[in-house]
Amino acid sequence: MERDDIIEYSLDAHHSEEEGRKIRRTIWMVTLFLAVVTAVEVALGAFWKEWFPGAWHLVKWTFIVLTLVKATYIVMTFMHLGDERRNIRALILLPYALFLLYLVFIAIWESNYVNRAWEMFL
Amino acid sequence: MSGEATKAISGDVLWGGGRSPFSISYGKMMMWFFLVSDALTFSGLLIAYGFVRHAYTGAWPIGEEVFRAFPGLHGDYPLLYVALMTAILIFSSVTMVLAVEAGHRMDKRGVIKWLFFTVAGGLLFVGSQAWEWSHFIHGSGGYITSPDGAKYWVHNETHDTHDPAHAPGFHLVKAVPGHYLIGEEGAHHIEGEAAMTLWNDRLEYIDGANMTRNEYGPPQYANFFFFITGFHGFHVFSGVVINFIVLLMVMKGVFHRRGHYEMVEKAGLYWHFVDLVWVFVFTFFYLV
Repeated sequence: MERDDIIEYSLDAHHSEEEGRKIRRTIWMVTLFLAVVTAVEVALGAFWKEWFPGAWHLVKWTFIVLTLVKATYIVMTFMHLGDERRNIRALILLPYALFLLYLVFIAIWESNYVNRAWEMFL
Repeated sequence: MSGEATKAISGDVLWGGGRSPFSISYGKMMMWFFLVSDALTFSGLLIAYGFVRHAYTGAWPIGEEVFRAFPGLHGDYPLLYVALMTAILIFSSVTMVLAVEAGHRMDKRGVIKWLFFTVAGGLLFVGSQAWEWSHFIHGSGGYITSPDGAKYWVHNETHDTHDPAHAPGFHLVKAVPGHYLIGEEGAHHIEGEAAMTLWNDRLEYIDGANMTRNEYGPPQYANFFFFITGFHGFHVFSGVVINFIVLLMVMKGVFHRRGHYEMVEKAGLYWHFVDLVWVFVFTFFYLV
């Protein structure tokens, strides 16, 4: 604030009354969407045995996909990452995704091995 | 959002120095960096849980069987309470983003209103989690193992776990092998003399949960429950404290004098992150 050669990014985040109405509309639409997805998840968890007997793997993958969809909306809309410049989006998401994919891969691979070893020797 | 982030600026200018190439303030960028590292911590915990669960050779407890109580109600409500907690946290996230929006319009009263609801939602969530922990630790009666290796669930009318055999309505229900918390289909209640004999010959009686053993499944199950939901609950608690401090500062007019409400935005990022983590905990610990 004291130096006038530095751009004060926080100041130009302001918006007008009219823009605010549009933004609030988006917020409530996303809220509705997240609530519906959560309700679907809970209903699926409670009734999948009657609805899709024996399809546990399919139900499980549905949960994981719905979770990722929910996470995308939270990060992009609620945390405003979707409104930021593309380079900061990449800076936040790509290293994290890269590291996580590797971690998931290695955890599945190794736990498979440990599981088989225990089955064999215990 | 408007302003610098949406302007078309050439790469030469963006990266040419004297400005943030990301068109973002230092504080907000550092909050994002912190969130990435915190996200890695939570991912590590959840992936460790997945590792242990996948490597485990026996039966692993199922969320909808373990978490099926609702405060003040009798009977089975699988995951309903956890779903309510999730809804509370998502709605407090919504009030937070509305506070941020009000801040962008320099609407001090709006920020105060929405931030107040956010703090209230956070407190409600922490309180719900305290109930959940208490219920998890006390358990629902526990089980005994007999010398032939069978497992029997212990029931009585007063939910007495100190001396269950002498409480009114004491009976046992044979458990399904390789399954936690479920009685055998159509298994009749073992009562009276027969129940007393089994009780007296028991090898061990396990009820509730602690760090070394629990009635739900392998010890790691309770350990991960305590650590993951505990670590998340600690984040919620610190988030409530941060939001409360920011709320006091808003009420004193600190940010209005400063000319922008970016502090609300930064506290908001942290708060949304806490909500985001819960979405994953809900899926990977309770649902899947």
